[in-house]
Amino acid sequence: MSQVKKATRHVNQNEGLIFEKSSPGKAAWKLPPLDVPEVDTADLLGEAERAHLGHMPEVSEIEIIRHFTRLSTWNYAIDLGMYPLGSCTMKYNPRINEAVSRFEGLANGHPYQPERISLGALRILKTLTDCLLEITGMQAITLQPAAGAHGELTGILLVRAFLQKQGNPRKKILIPDSAHGTNPATAAMAGYAVENLKSNSAGMVDVASLAAQMNEDVAALMLTNPNTLGVFEQEIHKIADILHGKGGLLYMDGANMNALVGKVRPGDFGVDVMHLNLHKTFSTPHGGGGPGSGPVACKNFLEPFLPVPVIVTKADGTLGFDYNRPQSIGRVRAFYGNFGMHVRALAYIMANGPDGLRQTTEDAVLNANYIRKGLEGVYDLPYKTPTMHEVVFSDRVQAKKGVRTGDLAKRLIDYGFHPYTVSFPLIVPGAMMIEPTESESKEELDLFVDAMKSIAEECDKAPDVVLEAPHSTRVSRLDEVAAARKPVLRWKGPA
Amino acid sequence: MLRAIGARSIDDLFAPIPTEYRLNRELRLPRQMSEPEILEWFQKCSRENGKGLPSFLGAGAYHHYRPVVIDTIISRGEFLTAYTPYQAEISQGTLQSIFEFQTMICELTGMEVANASMYDGSTATAEAAMMAMRVSGRRRVVMARSVHPEYREVLATYGQHQDMPLTAVGFGENGRVKMAELERILGQDCACIVVQSPNFFGTIEDVPALAELARSKGALLVVAIAEAVSLGIVKPPAEADIVAMEAQSFGVPLGFGGPYAGVIATREKYVRQMPGRLVGETRDKHGKRGYVLTLATREQHIRREKATSNICTNQALIALMANVFMTVYGREGLKELAKQNLAKTAYARQHFGRHGKALFDGAPVFNEFVLQTVEDPYVINSRLLEENIVGGFPLKKFYPELGNAALWCCTETTTRASIDAVGAVLARAQTAGKRRPEPEPEVVR
Repeated sequence: MSQVKKATRHVNQNEGLIFEKSSPGKAAWKLPPLDVPEVDTADLLGEAERAHLGHMPEVSEIEIIRHFTRLSTWNYAIDLGMYPLGSCTMKYNPRINEAVSRFEGLANGHPYQPERISLGALRILKTLTDCLLEITGMQAITLQPAAGAHGELTGILLVRAFLQKQGNPRKKILIPDSAHGTNPATAAMAGYAVENLKSNSAGMVDVASLAAQMNEDVAALMLTNPNTLGVFEQEIHKIADILHGKGGLLYMDGANMNALVGKVRPGDFGVDVMHLNLHKTFSTPHGGGGPGSGPVACKNFLEPFLPVPVIVTKADGTLGFDYNRPQSIGRVRAFYGNFGMHVRALAYIMANGPDGLRQTTEDAVLNANYIRKGLEGVYDLPYKTPTMHEVVFSDRVQAKKGVRTGDLAKRLIDYGFHPYTVSFPLIVPGAMMIEPTESESKEELDLFVDAMKSIAEECDKAPDVVLEAPHSTRVSRLDEVAAARKPVLRWKGPA
Repeated sequence: MLRAIGARSIDDLFAPIPTEYRLNRELRLPRQMSEPEILEWFQKCSRENGKGLPSFLGAGAYHHYRPVVIDTIISRGEFLTAYTPYQAEISQGTLQSIFEFQTMICELTGMEVANASMYDGSTATAEAAMMAMRVSGRRRVVMARSVHPEYREVLATYGQHQDMPLTAVGFGENGRVKMAELERILGQDCACIVVQSPNFFGTIEDVPALAELARSKGALLVVAIAEAVSLGIVKPPAEADIVAMEAQSFGVPLGFGGPYAGVIATREKYVRQMPGRLVGETRDKHGKRGYVLTLATREQHIRREKATSNICTNQALIALMANVFMTVYGREGLKELAKQNLAKTAYARQHFGRHGKALFDGAPVFNEFVLQTVEDPYVINSRLLEENIVGGFPLKKFYPELGNAALWCCTETTTRASIDAVGAVLARAQTAGKRRPEPEPEVVR
């Protein structure tokens, strides 16, 4: 471990479950005195009255603060260092976003308050809408979907509604073998069969196979561009033509939009409908797994089918919601979506401006290529095609010593980094998918490259060090098989 | 860095993009702004957005006091800027907190297992109905009209290509599901009954009776909960098969409708049909207790088109807010909090009932109630807004059969003074309704 420059072990606090700290009479709450008459709950609720609250905890405020602070120190986070989890775009989450989202009127606005006192929220939604349309080159948009997969479902429902109106919703969705699992799962939820599309030797859609597989049963192709190998689909215009030629639509999974903003617009290269991930490209925090936000942008011919409500500028020039949309696919979520994320994304766009957004894209691609250069020859690079915002290596060389991508990832933890995405995309056996984002400095990237090189050396000289990693964490190699075989999904108090 | 890569300019790296598609101009966006400019822009939006007026709106989004420690904790970068805990060794903080969240949701709902979160209550309800289809092998879903109208719309959207016939069941004089009608509708093809309790009108449903009826027909009972604070004083729907919950009331800001956090809880035997992430307890290689994501074979990244749902990113940070809220109030506080909601609402219902008709007598309500008035509630709300009060939610759009009715909500934050102020306006409206014509105020919608 002497070669580890980025991290040093230090003491961290042990902490049990909150229930194990609980004891009767402790409290962290205080209600104001009741200013209306007390009520007899038994009288009001009768049989519906609850007797007690089981094993809910009773703890003091300092215990709560310490509990969660201690837990937090067991997490890795962007705020601690590079988090190159490919496809997740773990970029810096600017704190201005957090500050503006907490402004009283925005944080406490009720979704059903009259439009007359909702002008601020409406302006934010409208401004963000305009910005995202300009960035994507699309013509209409909904901000309602709560995350990327939710956006995918919305987008495919739009496709289906449009085709249905033409007289035939069609039967299947084509999905490249390099796609995220959410794509096929989405197609199934929208009532479509899934047909796989093989990638060619460059890691791109095989245009000849696409032409052969495309027919009047195909509703759409769900394409991630750049794809999960970080490769831009150079024949995108042919792909779009083949689909459109047979009456199909091109759906773009915008998970990798961080490679395109300000450089090229999906609306200009034949995409009919796409989603964005505000928590990836537009810097809203990932929060340990969410919330995200997955706006769906489309061409005008899909606009009549957007979820209700849509934002409109009324005759008098004020903004409002339009619910009268007879062809709409319906709602995909209550209210208007993850508004708090819309606020943050807009603040990010404003803080960058046109120039900053373009430079962000350039830096993200530059960083990925710098890592590629640094690790080429050390790790196997299965696809030599130019890299955009992320690069996928494989464990082929190290596997000869019995060390797999998952082991290398665990060892990276000891070097002070969050691992890359392990074993994805599925078309690369032993995949190591690295996305540095624009947030990392050359110094951090160099530390990462050094760490990866050092681990490769360990694989040669002392593979057990890697196979038994991580060595520096509170826990190591948790038994996932046992967890799934006999699931313990909650703490149980004494009966 | 370009030199190290062997590129002459940054443009070299974008060579794979066909030239005809490249954007050869700047994006037409607001110019780059400084921090004070951004603060000012949003401050202005904030001022134009409700101004913190006392409000009687509920209807699926509730204004409760948020203990300050919530934001202290969720603002820690280690929680805020981490992602899904795929690497358990460096995610134990998130994992353990989710395990505690799952446990508390089980304690409160009377269910045996709960997931890590769904997008919100509406999508949780839709996914719960689809889960019931998988469990029962049946397709028809019977849903009460007293379920939040937007939850019903979302279920209709989700179910439209799932071969899911959807049947509505009405509500009776007491605001509860009409049992006789339900019994008539329920057949051997029914996967589940979906009800909400407290329902959209604030009325607490007779969950044990609904469960018994469902069971007698081999259907599952799905209970949606939009107002989580009710669980502090209302008996949990322990007889249900699936509970689909909105946790917004647990310390999540109203935020103009989101982000909120849904949850699905159920019986252990159905866990493999449950959508969403789950955290389980296990041991590490040294025998030390720890937590991991588990039962992932239900999920899209493993099962692809055969997954229980396409959900990936959920609402983790919002679930953490709810987690902290539940921890702060705990066993006793949540009960006292719920009691205050009950007391304020009882006071308002009685008070307002003098100037209109409080509907749905005969079954208990939690913190919402329906008031029928002589005048159009939109007109009443315009008057109230002139006095800087936001009135109840007019029901005409969703329930035209109720006439001039609105849904009023009181929480622990509602003051007696504001209730009395509304009472006075309602009293004037009542007399105004009797001696027309009077100049109509501008109607606020």
